[in-house]
Amino acid sequence: MAIDAPALRCLGLVKRYGDVVAVDGLDLEVGRGECFGMLGPNGAGKTTTVEILEGLTAPDAGEVQVLGEAWHGDGLGLRTRIGVQLQETKFPEKLRVSEVIALFRSFYPRGPGVGETLRLVALDEKRSAYVRALSGGQKQRLSLACALVGDPELLFLDEPTTGLDPQSRRQSWDIIEGMKARGRTVLLTTHYMEEAARLCDRVAIMDHGRLIALGTPRALVASLGAEHVVEFAIDASQDGEPLRAALAALPSVERVAREGGSWHLTVREVHLAVPALLAALAARGVAPTQLTTHHATLEDVFMSLTGRSLRDA
Amino acid sequence: MPEASDATRVRHPLVELTLARSRELVREPEAVFWVFVFPILLAAILGVAFRSRPPAPLPVALVAGPGSEARLAALAHAGDLVAQRLGASEAREALAHGRVVLVVSADEPPVYTYDPTQPESRAARLAVDAQLQKAAGRADAFTPGRVEVSEPGSRYVDFLVPGLLGMNLMGTGMWGIGFSLVVARNGKLLKRLVAAPARHSHVLGAQLLSRLIFLVPEAGALLVFAHYLLGVPLRGSLLLLGGVSLLGALSFSGLGLLTAARPRTIEGVSGIMNLVMVPMWVFSGIFFSTERFPDRLQPFVQALPLTALNDALRQVMLEGAGTVALVPELANLALWGAASFLLALKLFRWQ
Repeated sequence: MAIDAPALRCLGLVKRYGDVVAVDGLDLEVGRGECFGMLGPNGAGKTTTVEILEGLTAPDAGEVQVLGEAWHGDGLGLRTRIGVQLQETKFPEKLRVSEVIALFRSFYPRGPGVGETLRLVALDEKRSAYVRALSGGQKQRLSLACALVGDPELLFLDEPTTGLDPQSRRQSWDIIEGMKARGRTVLLTTHYMEEAARLCDRVAIMDHGRLIALGTPRALVASLGAEHVVEFAIDASQDGEPLRAALAALPSVERVAREGGSWHLTVREVHLAVPALLAALAARGVAPTQLTTHHATLEDVFMSLTGRSLRDA
Repeated sequence: MPEASDATRVRHPLVELTLARSRELVREPEAVFWVFVFPILLAAILGVAFRSRPPAPLPVALVAGPGSEARLAALAHAGDLVAQRLGASEAREALAHGRVVLVVSADEPPVYTYDPTQPESRAARLAVDAQLQKAAGRADAFTPGRVEVSEPGSRYVDFLVPGLLGMNLMGTGMWGIGFSLVVARNGKLLKRLVAAPARHSHVLGAQLLSRLIFLVPEAGALLVFAHYLLGVPLRGSLLLLGGVSLLGALSFSGLGLLTAARPRTIEGVSGIMNLVMVPMWVFSGIFFSTERFPDRLQPFVQALPLTALNDALRQVMLEGAGTVALVPELANLALWGAASFLLALKLFRWQ
């Protein structure tokens, strides 16, 4: 039965911390070999959800199945089949890189050797370096190596690239794509939409502990009904409501979202929408202080669903 | 055991965890200082400060007067007295300040002024009187023979070294285990180890094992130094001494585990550690005997694990006691160790 069970399944997951509902009735299913992304702002409940799925936190309600099994006791058997990277782990500063990996390797019944794991995360040159001598990106890759060292069927990565420079981020992406290529299931959380768009087969967008959208990155962007976004800023003290109605009526505009003085129009054709927009503003005697256009992204999906941007939320 | 695809062998997790903990410790110069160097340094300094001196001559004063010259000459023959001539008021002052222990007046016959509650003053009275009587013509009825004994094992440093060993076993057991666990919890390493499937028993067992590995050089260095350089006796069986140290180390490791069971920060665990250890530094007879505390306090003093450990170490080292004599102390240590270990397992916070 466990053979064709999905890699992950949860139903009606709820977790409260005092009055705060961190996870509010979440249902998810992740197939084998899928790279599944959970996208959402800080505090959306991503980490709590992942830690429940990892069997580190007990939910207040709901069911979890990982690789066809539920969590029981310390779950040692199940743990040997998954790899876990926490958002932040401080490895002992005075240990060498190879020693940390050998330590984690000893917990798993199978998996690549220390040298192979080091090559996998491009740390072989740092083999004998102390942990404290590593850069932030190298520490993150060490952490990734410790999650890979048991050759997991399912890999949990909680914000694997947060705080990394672009080069380190790209290195981490290569490693994760390597895992995908070998048919492993990956669940990752992130608040970088370009990361989710590049790596993930499907993305779940979370806000306030709930799932607000689910689909392939392409389908989610397509759900906006238009491919372009026009952003502009005007004096925030303007009464927005009459303007909103006027903008929604402009040619080619699908959707209008507003955050204070900054406005986001989802449009089908930039060359039709922008002249009409400028004319409409000029007719009201409003001068935009800023005007940009770009291809619609998952960020715009979040914006159109919540009225807030991912980073500010 | 499965072979890895490259040269490194996959060791048992308990071995890897113990190795990791031990490497961390030896790569930390401060830890090496506090565990190995500090107790030796302390033993050396205190041993020098409180070394046994040859008996000092007793200082006495003669009030200057007609006969004082002759009396000074008479007292000069006695090796255990050192006499000086002073004016009457100076002599009184010297006695009051403890610079001399007895004053001989200028009268004929002399008057001895001294404090009979001071053993040195009483001894000085006997010695001065004997010398002056002899000078005045009293003959000794006989000349006694004499045998001088000096008992090793009764010096302060002999008392001190077992206490320092006990203190060190307590300190390294508690700090070593407590700090390392709290740092690992604070940095989410404990959570990560448990998430990768490390067994709880292996993570905690490795702390104990690494503690026991370091026990040998730690206790050994202090004992070798104390025995060969300070002449502190090792009268009992070395095996029993090792056993007592081992039980003590385990017992305090249990307490270390208990104090580190919940705190998330170093500040938090430091407070609890001090709460546990300070009473033992004071009451458990490290630097002075527990017998100095009043009877009312004795049940508390004797119940402390460090008191039991120090007593047991002293009995083995200084009195050559056997296992049977140590049963109460060993039982005390075993009880503290087992109780704190079990409680720690119940309370332990992994995240």
